[in-house]
Amino acid sequence: MRKNMIALAVLALVAAGAQAADRVKVGFVSTLSGPQGAPGIDSRDGFQLAVKMLGGKLGDLPVEVLVADDQFNPEAGKQVVERFVKRDRVDFVTGIIYSNVLLAAGPTAFEAKVPYVSSNAGPSQLAGSGCNPYFVSAAWQNDGSHEASGQYATNKGFKTVYLLAPNYPAGKDALTGFKRFYQGKVVDEVYPKLGQLDFAAELAQVRAAKPDAVYAFMPGGMGVNFIKQYVAAGLSKDIQLVLPGFSADEDTIKAVGEPMLGLFNPAHWSPDLDNAENKRFVAAFEKEYGRIPSAYAAQGFDAALMMDGAIRAMKGKIEDRDALMRALKTGKYRSVRGDYKMNNNGFPIQTYYLRVVGKDAQGRIVNKTIGTVFTNHGDAYAKDCKLK
Amino acid sequence: MSWILILEQTLNGLQFGLMLFLLAAGLTLVFGIMDMINLAHGSLYMVGAYLMAACVQATGSFVWGLVLAVAGTALIGMALEVALLRRLYQRDHLTQVLATFALILIANELVRLVFGSQPVLLNTPAALSGPVDLLPGLSYSSYRLLIIAVGMAVAVLLYVLVAKTRTGMLVRAGASNREMATAMGVNIRTLFTIVFGVGAALCAIAGAMLGPILAVQVGMGENILILAFVVIVIGGIGSIRGALVGSLLVGIVDTIGRTLLPVLFREFLPPAYASNLGPAVASILIYVLMAAVLFWKPQGLFPARG
Repeated sequence: MRKNMIALAVLALVAAGAQAADRVKVGFVSTLSGPQGAPGIDSRDGFQLAVKMLGGKLGDLPVEVLVADDQFNPEAGKQVVERFVKRDRVDFVTGIIYSNVLLAAGPTAFEAKVPYVSSNAGPSQLAGSGCNPYFVSAAWQNDGSHEASGQYATNKGFKTVYLLAPNYPAGKDALTGFKRFYQGKVVDEVYPKLGQLDFAAELAQVRAAKPDAVYAFMPGGMGVNFIKQYVAAGLSKDIQLVLPGFSADEDTIKAVGEPMLGLFNPAHWSPDLDNAENKRFVAAFEKEYGRIPSAYAAQGFDAALMMDGAIRAMKGKIEDRDALMRALKTGKYRSVRGDYKMNNNGFPIQTYYLRVVGKDAQGRIVNKTIGTVFTNHGDAYAKDCKLK
Repeated sequence: MSWILILEQTLNGLQFGLMLFLLAAGLTLVFGIMDMINLAHGSLYMVGAYLMAACVQATGSFVWGLVLAVAGTALIGMALEVALLRRLYQRDHLTQVLATFALILIANELVRLVFGSQPVLLNTPAALSGPVDLLPGLSYSSYRLLIIAVGMAVAVLLYVLVAKTRTGMLVRAGASNREMATAMGVNIRTLFTIVFGVGAALCAIAGAMLGPILAVQVGMGENILILAFVVIVIGGIGSIRGALVGSLLVGIVDTIGRTLLPVLFREFLPPAYASNLGPAVASILIYVLMAAVLFWKPQGLFPARG
């Protein structure tokens, strides 16, 4: 009798597990606090807006989004992803902004064969020989915006450039990317500590070196302080500051304000991109949150749309993880960037626009698209990736 | 290596050192007179910065914000002393460390509750957001010059307070021999509360002035607290003169180290390594300095006692 009961129980459990999923669980982990938290908050808001606009569903399945804070700490991020994967049994993990956190936490998802859809971080380690079949990016490979900046600096004819980036994987990728496309002379390359907020010493050295331009990649709070101090030290008069799109985005504009007018920055997205999906997104975001979205928000939004497209293509049967990854990588979805292709390593092949910080019709300070730097630009590491 | 660079870095070091002095002065007095290790000193710095941000938002004026923030933090400091820290004077240092460490955590969470976990915006006053042309070829941030001016003014004020007033004399007496001062009939309780209040006010000035340059965020006091302890160890516990000399030393060694060491390393190593090693070794330099001072003068440079 007892054996029958056990057999029945086991059968019931197996049967329960074997049905197609009737809901989707997404683990959204990002940096939501501290001076580096603004991009994470934007990304989360973009993602949740997409879910809301899709009626609380992804691919016609009701979705539960679990949000957690990695506190800009790789160890904490890793623990959150472990919890998502082991305890909460999520179907997707997404949200990480910073590459150092992704490199620590990503493998936990990869090993559990849980798809990771990147809504920002795209370190070169995951694009080249370290590429992983369970990784796909709805954003960019870290080098992209920097390569576009290097090209812009070459086009503009700056003969000497001084480089600054924080001392962490994305910072190193940034300057490598810039140098790949910049043809002039690099006067110096300085890597301040990640999280450093006072740049007086570095700015003094910039002044002494007298370059034509300075290229600085400073994410989040570091960027806000850097730009303010750069202008306060009187350097903006003589030495042009070039920034990648991410250092001149809405979160920085909100904190710095007027001193940012006239700053050129290349990026793969701009709030004024002329396509229907983007116009809908920007209008909805402004209505919901009362502020202009940054690229981080656009990427969060796209990550949700990418998941939605893939789940729809799989008709809700998302347990087949390998097929799901193929759907994520090859599926077409209506991105706010317009159409773009996917590369074999899971990263996008997309257009980079030249933007300048100016005022819009209502007098608000925004980025405006004034040209194109690259069309159909892939990343330099894809050839090293063995995936098809 | 131009003169302009050296001059600018010296100014930077001076600015950094003077702000460090404001924290170290309060810390050394509390440690010297009350013999209490107060880890919550950094939290008072943070409270000062947050109050400044809130008051500037509320009044729209930088000066009023500063006055209110300093007064508010001094009151909070004195209330803390009367309610809580007073009971710790009799205890051993370990208990004091544990109790004040708990205070750091409580303060961080309280601030997070009231202000949220995002850093609060605090901008330099519009008039001081631009540079000043000090020399042809050297324009320096006018706000940083203000910080240097405020730091020097406070140092002079402290000197006058401690060396020329009666209260100052009692403070010095308490610092050099507490038991004797008590035996001589000094009202130790009030004195301690006043000293703590002054220390809190100094922290608030530092926090309020540095807020626009750094970020006003939860936990901002912890890094600078460690440096403040290094300064008072170098300068000598209980000595304000030691705190001044120590903080200027630390400020200048740190800033000039960060400039010169990468240049030196670049002679021998590729740029990525030199830029890594330079700042790393420069930050160790301060602790090397502390170790060296302790080796030759275990009581610090200007010990208050004996």
